[in-house]
Amino acid sequence: MRQLVILAVVFAFIAAAPAIITSEFTQNVIIMVLYAALLGQAWNILGGYGGQFSFGHAAYFGTGAYTVAVLQVQLGVNPWIGLVIGALFSMAVAAFIGFATFRYGLRGSYFALVTLAFAEVLRILSNSVGFTGAGVGILIPLAPGAANMQFETKTGFFFLIWVLTLSSFLVVWWIGHSRFGASLAAVRDNEDAARALGVNAFRVKMGAIMLSGLFSGLAGIFYAQYFLYLDPYIAYGPAISVESLLVPIIGGMGTLFGPLLGAAALHVVSEATRELIGDVPGISLALYGALLVVMVMFMPRGLAGLLARLGVRRRAASGEMPRA
Amino acid sequence: MPDLAIIVPSLLNGLTTGALYALIALGLTLIYGVLHIINFAHGALLMVGLYAVWFLNTRLGIDPYVALLIVPPAMFVLGYGLQRGIIGRASHGRDENILLVTLGLSIVIENLALYFFRSDTRIVDTPYSFETVEFLGAFLPLPKVIAFFGALISAAALWLVMSKTDLGRAIRAIARERKGAQLVGINADHVYAMSFGLGIACLGVAACLLLPSYYVTPSVGHGFVLIAFTIVVLGGMGSFVGALIGGLIIGVVEALGGLFLGESLGQIGIFVIFILVLMFRPQGLLGHKV
Repeated sequence: MRQLVILAVVFAFIAAAPAIITSEFTQNVIIMVLYAALLGQAWNILGGYGGQFSFGHAAYFGTGAYTVAVLQVQLGVNPWIGLVIGALFSMAVAAFIGFATFRYGLRGSYFALVTLAFAEVLRILSNSVGFTGAGVGILIPLAPGAANMQFETKTGFFFLIWVLTLSSFLVVWWIGHSRFGASLAAVRDNEDAARALGVNAFRVKMGAIMLSGLFSGLAGIFYAQYFLYLDPYIAYGPAISVESLLVPIIGGMGTLFGPLLGAAALHVVSEATRELIGDVPGISLALYGALLVVMVMFMPRGLAGLLARLGVRRRAASGEMPRA
Repeated sequence: MPDLAIIVPSLLNGLTTGALYALIALGLTLIYGVLHIINFAHGALLMVGLYAVWFLNTRLGIDPYVALLIVPPAMFVLGYGLQRGIIGRASHGRDENILLVTLGLSIVIENLALYFFRSDTRIVDTPYSFETVEFLGAFLPLPKVIAFFGALISAAALWLVMSKTDLGRAIRAIARERKGAQLVGINADHVYAMSFGLGIACLGVAACLLLPSYYVTPSVGHGFVLIAFTIVVLGGMGSFVGALIGGLIIGVVEALGGLFLGESLGQIGIFVIFILVLMFRPQGLLGHKV
């Protein structure tokens, strides 16, 4: 319950931001942090809570993004309807990949490899077929208006991503307090033991990958509407897969607030490097990689773990018992 | 349906490429067999080797085949250092961490290369680049023929190291039974790093053999890395002969797939094999149960 109160306070606080901050630049920063938090929370469901490390979350992101874009450009479908269809498609792709891998008990290195390969297959396919615009990419025509999910002000986009991100956090809060979440954690910590206790590991992992794919797809849909342009490399390329896992790893895998902390930290760091070094090709991704190595080496529990440790120390100092 | 006059050269071409794939995959399977992790930085490290060969050739005028004396040992040292200094330390005893660290390393290496070398395609110019050899009515580029035999000889040399030397025995002992090997006095950290170094040295050899008939860009490793994974999975993780056969098969599939489906869709064939094998026979053609 305490977590839910903190969650409500944090998101209410964020919701007040556009009323106070009128600078478009700062509003954009907040939007991008929320977007990264959504992307990271999606990975966190499967990777952090489920212990299945996906290296190819771009598969779901790209499917959501391409669905909403292709439906609009080729068939004239309204993006709000596209959002629903895109989310379902992302979930379906996740279900397919999950079925194909979990059915045969692939874990660890194997799972990481297969997810990476699926994302690559989708990238090559979207680069080869006509209706995605192939290598040229796809441009969503400008049609300002809330009805077309192309808000005229940043505030509109802000509330869209605020709702999407909040919903992912609520689902993760539910995971942390439900029987499903307990089963998922059991599978993560020791799959064989969980099975012996009667947990249907396959079904639990399928649930996790589908939820994960759903939110990744929503992030992709938001991306498509916000930037109005996609190409195979943006949608299915490795950058999205890496960002998806980096955010919760920095913030703290398997924690509710980890992805938000991670998204904010990642944004601060990458903006700071851009200020210091300038916009040089390669540098920002090199930094992502270096951060990944450094976090795993020195802070495997992420920022949330660091905060928890500080909290424990403070409570211990005041004579209160630390809570498990 | 293209006739034999097109299929045979394509097949031979596939075999020569396949031998190089096999060499790259051997490095990967060696590392997997011992450390039980997939080195996601494999492609990026191959790219480092290729740039080293390119640099030696264009700046110091050293022939790529002479560079065989310099690049593989340097790559060995690099691999040893990476394992000892970064990968081994970051594991905290969990395989997932090693996966993440090698992924992180690959991103760092690739993007630093992008920063330093830009995304321009670089090639080396050798007097024999355009020489050909006639075989079964097909004209094969000389560098590809040299690469084919070079890769097979290197594979044989690696097999000798693994089966006849003390180092090879120590590596196999650690791979099979870590605690037991440590009890009889084998330094596990050292052996891990030696295995990683050997695996990366294979990439150094492959780079020297590859560059005369190929090119290098910062992202050149991408193409190879999934191919090498596919071969290793196809041949069975940690299986030596499997990697060799798998490499040749993939080389041929790629060449024929390219012939019948076109370059970009031809690659899909490899992924399809990869995913099918992982799903239905994750232990590979020759491997044991995972």
